[in-house]
Amino acid sequence: MTIALEAYASFVGAGTIDELRLLGRRLRGRTVQNVNSTAVGGGVAEILNRLLPLLRELGIDARWDVIRGGDEFFAVTKKLHNALHGQPLPITPHDVDIFQQTTEENLHTLDISDDLVFIHDPQPVQLVAAAKPRSRWIWRCHIDLSAPDPQAWEFLRPWVERYHAAVFSAPQFARKLPIDQVLIAPSIDPLADKNRDLDPATVEAVVTGLGIDPERPLVTQVSRFDRLKDPLGVIEAYRLVRRYNDCQLLLVGGSATDDPEGAQVLAECRDRAAGDPDVHIVELPPTANLEINALQRASTVILQKSLREGFGLTVAEALWKAKPVVAGAVGGIPLQITHKYSGILTHTVEGAAYWIKQLLNAPDFARRLGENGREHVRWNFLLTRHLRDYLLLFLSLDHPGESLISLPD
Amino acid sequence: MTRIARTPFRFWTRLTLTKLTGRRASDLAELVEHLRVVPLSVVFHHTHHFLVQHQHLSPEPPNDFAFWATHVLQEDRLGEQLAAVDTVQFEHLRVLRECIVQVIEKFLETGQTLRTAPPGEEFHFMDAVSFVLPTRHRATTLAEFSEALRHVGSATLAYHLFESRLRVGTETNDFSHWLEQELGEAALARAICRLDQYTYTMEGLRQRLLDLVSREHTHRGDR
Repeated sequence: MTIALEAYASFVGAGTIDELRLLGRRLRGRTVQNVNSTAVGGGVAEILNRLLPLLRELGIDARWDVIRGGDEFFAVTKKLHNALHGQPLPITPHDVDIFQQTTEENLHTLDISDDLVFIHDPQPVQLVAAAKPRSRWIWRCHIDLSAPDPQAWEFLRPWVERYHAAVFSAPQFARKLPIDQVLIAPSIDPLADKNRDLDPATVEAVVTGLGIDPERPLVTQVSRFDRLKDPLGVIEAYRLVRRYNDCQLLLVGGSATDDPEGAQVLAECRDRAAGDPDVHIVELPPTANLEINALQRASTVILQKSLREGFGLTVAEALWKAKPVVAGAVGGIPLQITHKYSGILTHTVEGAAYWIKQLLNAPDFARRLGENGREHVRWNFLLTRHLRDYLLLFLSLDHPGESLISLPD
Repeated sequence: MTRIARTPFRFWTRLTLTKLTGRRASDLAELVEHLRVVPLSVVFHHTHHFLVQHQHLSPEPPNDFAFWATHVLQEDRLGEQLAAVDTVQFEHLRVLRECIVQVIEKFLETGQTLRTAPPGEEFHFMDAVSFVLPTRHRATTLAEFSEALRHVGSATLAYHLFESRLRVGTETNDFSHWLEQELGEAALARAICRLDQYTYTMEGLRQRLLDLVSREHTHRGDR
């Protein structure tokens, strides 16, 4: 379903929508080609599905291509992804050959002739080899590059340097590069099933359907069963809280059937929670957006106790529902939470437990955090801000090196 | 009788794209070291961006340096001094930078042990590319001015109130200048000039402006 830009005016005001149209007018007729490596699943595909119709509504000819590759290529890119996240995984000469060969195959099949070419993540990075002199190329990095394995970064860097600009989701991901580096945070869509308003009956039906008591406080973490999300730390924090407060814990994440490590983490969580009827560990399919929405809305406190994080959009989702959030100060989370104003930033299990207790015992303070959080998301992490940043980025490429750009009528 | 301006007021907006500089500070010594050499557009970003990004929080430290000193380093006294730097009085960013640097240097001279930011909460210096463009709103009378004020985005208010002084280096702002020159509204112009714009949220400021304009309407009768 395509949603018109006007539909967002009720969230951000008509003035913001006007500004988007003003910018769009200056880019009308331009062609923008997005390239990534997957058409379905994952945050990149989700955001492209939502942003492209809005770009088109503004008169920008935006399209989206997906590179093709065999299992061997995607094994290499998975390794590269993990190494860029800091794991010491060697990139072998064979890996380099596979990567280059797949790039060449895609260059034969893809028509890359647009004014602006927006390459998402490392998989299609080498397509820049085919850049035409008048086109502008942007590399959009969606992953945490704060401490990459040096060899993996050295593999990527010469390619990234051939772009006109690189875009990162958080300031700490910036690298030493001779090209412009831009901060564009991801966003949530307030009209998506995961975020739209729900009636209380729907919320209660989902909660009771999972055996959760809607009358008692609920502390929730929504995330994959991944060690970097620290679900075992969450259970530990819950145990510390339970010494003083009555509450239930809900760990809810995607199914772990195709992820051996995820299945192991899930098993460990179940083992650690065994015997406690107030700990609910739930696997939901990736399409369960309404259910996730309902569970976030039913929660008293929401956690995102990540140890590493690309951006952590579950935080923005929770804040948009005006929930008090306790989250690890990693990745893009400090951009979303201003400590003690729009949420709580923590560094330890004990700290998380301390703040959960505070929030359970001081509902007025918790409510204020949630209200501030919702306003912060309204102005900084909704889809319309994301769209505006992309339009500004496109315009900035017409004015290299300028810090003040005047765009008269 | 309704007074009509010869030159309509055109409402502009300034939108920014945030650039990453790769510079970061973990303590106050590093902060001041970078602050001395970064481009002035970086100083502008950290002293003005906060208002638009955190427009719902009030009363709030009006700049990122004050916020970081108070909430990350827990240096409450310094944070208070930085928050009290009267951004509105500076007509040039170079002088504003010197003032902030001096406040931090004075603190460093006390020889206190420097606190280090927890991992992940370092101060990241950012720059901004500013895009200035006209909106569809314009006014030739006080009534039209008031109507437009209701509808323009908060970036438009920031552009005409906070940034005009730095842009043109005068003590007035775009609204006051036009109201006085074109409509002869000297009292209203003065009242807007006297507003401590940095102590309001953006929506609070919009409401205050509307109240001032409305009071002028009432005072002078129907225009």
